[in-house]
Amino acid sequence: MASSREVVLGRIRAALSDRPTAPEVPRDYDQTRALGDVIGLFAERAADYRALVRRVRWDDLPAEIESSLRARGATRLVAPADLPAVWRVPGVVWSLDAPAYPLPVRTLDRSDGVLTACAVAIAETGTIVLDAGEAQGRRVVTLVPDYHLCVVREDQVVGTVPEALASLEPTRPLTFISGPSATSDIELDRVEGVHGPRHLEVLIAG
Amino acid sequence: MGRNPVTWLGSPTFPTAARTALADVQLRGNLAHATGTIRTKREAAVGELPDWERLRRAGEAIKDDVLSNLDVYLTRLEAAVTARGGVVHWARDAAEANEIVLGLVRAAGATEVVKVKSMATAEIGLNEALEAGGVSAIETDLAELIVQLGEDRPSHILVPAIHRNRSEIRDIFRATMPGASPSLSDRPAELAEAARAHLRRKFLSAQVAISGANFAVADTGSVVVVESEGNGRMCLTLPRTLITVMGLEKVVPSWRDLEVFLQLLPRSSTAERMNPYTSVWSGVTPGDGPREFHLVLLDNGRTATLADRVGRQALRCIRCSACLNVCPVYERTGGQAYGSVYPGPIGAILTPQLGAGTDDPGTASLLRSLPFASSLCGACYEVCPVRIDIPEVLVHLRGRVVAEKPAYAPEAVAMAAASWVMVSPRRFRFAQRLLGPLRLLARRGRVRRLPWPASLWTDSRDVPAPPRETFSAWWRRNRG
Ligand code: SF4
Repeated sequence: MASSREVVLGRIRAALSDRPTAPEVPRDYDQTRALGDVIGLFAERAADYRALVRRVRWDDLPAEIESSLRARGATRLVAPADLPAVWRVPGVVWSLDAPAYPLPVRTLDRSDGVLTACAVAIAETGTIVLDAGEAQGRRVVTLVPDYHLCVVREDQVVGTVPEALASLEPTRPLTFISGPSATSDIELDRVEGVHGPRHLEVLIAG
Repeated sequence: MGRNPVTWLGSPTFPTAARTALADVQLRGNLAHATGTIRTKREAAVGELPDWERLRRAGEAIKDDVLSNLDVYLTRLEAAVTARGGVVHWARDAAEANEIVLGLVRAAGATEVVKVKSMATAEIGLNEALEAGGVSAIETDLAELIVQLGEDRPSHILVPAIHRNRSEIRDIFRATMPGASPSLSDRPAELAEAARAHLRRKFLSAQVAISGANFAVADTGSVVVVESEGNGRMCLTLPRTLITVMGLEKVVPSWRDLEVFLQLLPRSSTAERMNPYTSVWSGVTPGDGPREFHLVLLDNGRTATLADRVGRQALRCIRCSACLNVCPVYERTGGQAYGSVYPGPIGAILTPQLGAGTDDPGTASLLRSLPFASSLCGACYEVCPVRIDIPEVLVHLRGRVVAEKPAYAPEAVAMAAASWVMVSPRRFRFAQRLLGPLRLLARRGRVRRLPWPASLWTDSRDVPAPPRETFSAWWRRNRG
């Protein structure tokens, strides 16, 4: 008996016996757009989705991280092991996570939050993208804690979705984040805060 | 067999179900409110992109390319997923897909699985099949949870509980959610919080998760899930084993194609610039996420649909649900009247095609009635992000019904006539004026039934009786 794979592929070939021709895909949509100040636009659009957004000077980053954590009252933080050491500010208990020594889910769940960097940010949609690369950690560390503080370098901000995808490696685990967890399931209105982090704070540093 | 899983067992034909739905004033109110809100928002989200029409054309062309070379892209996807440590399974129909999934869950030693909303698994009735096999499936989407706890059926692709308003949801949670506070209010944020608390423990201990897929990239083996709440991320990241069930047509050729769909989909569906979370993974990533990944490629009527030269365009659908939100018939009847997991205009063209092989007479009669559940106003085609000409397919499928069943098909004629009246208040008033002399049929101010052809309309709806000034009112106006 033919395998299901052979049966399904056979059905497809039979269904296409009229040999429909594949059209050329028109790629005349915008790859980039004149969006003006993309950093400002990113800040505005991320804030539109109720992320807390602050623009800070790169050199002040440790102090700014400290003040964000103090304002939030967060004292037990999770971070990927390769987070820059200067970001691990004093006055906070840091638990470091790496694939070789993963934190138990319980620890993540009981923490006050997580601090990471990102791979790229999209101005037009107010999106940050994590690719499990440098200072971003395993996917679970930015998922279970209720508060995510994310550092975006100004030179990581691009204008459009096509620009962002072109800069990403598709075989890495990717997470696109646009504002805190939300739902539109009740009367189709966006409500923040379901299963993912309910509080997203973005520091744009340049 | 006999059971066609695309439809719900024992569903009446569309006109019959529509009559019940139309009598439900609460349902109509909830629907009109929700679809009205989303329509306005969608227009704004779409209006922001100057190249929207070009994106639609690109989306259409990419999907047509996929369909024209489906065997090539699927085998390419299979190779890429396998190379990255995933396992690919092929399923001819619902029964086979369910069997594969149940076998995998058993092999993982689990008796409970967490699920993220997926049309494909709803289509094949996976939850019921798992239940029968001794595995309980926990829906983790807020709306699916509302449907599951309320022992209800979904009524919208994107917002399955759209027919419920906030106070009904509060009542369902209070009555059925273990640990829900009796003082739970109907504030959406508080309802969401209750769901969060309810599901958190399940997520943190789950061994197996089941998902659908919005897209899968043939070149790289990358699978994409688009969501809002984070329950998707939980399912895709925490459990040891991940099983993804995906319709054959969800494959896209290359990574670059996502730059089109990740713009078209969120703006068309939730009317957002971007949905809160999109997850992408390729096979298994050591040290990050599930250690086992299975991808089930589902036919279940898709290849039969592909064989129809006009009807195959329905396979371009990216399940955004924009066509539901603009459909005057959907807005009045709700999703459950379509008797299938695919409601609204897309359901009217997809369900009859996916289910065409049924040998159950009841199902066959429902499927025959569906292409008539439309007024052919064309609004669905205008909003469709992949430019599916839904009216064209409807007309084509109606032709097929008539050809198959040359004898008088009452459901067809009834629905066509009723929807003609239903779509426009002007036509409705016109129909009322025509029928003015018949107001004597009214009891307590409601016309219950009018003679044919108006019965097609009154059978589906309580019609306010044509106004007739009472004698006392006339007296007061003229003498007082
Ligand atoms: S048919 Fe078009 S508008 Fe309707 S759900 Fe599918 S993609 Fe969206």
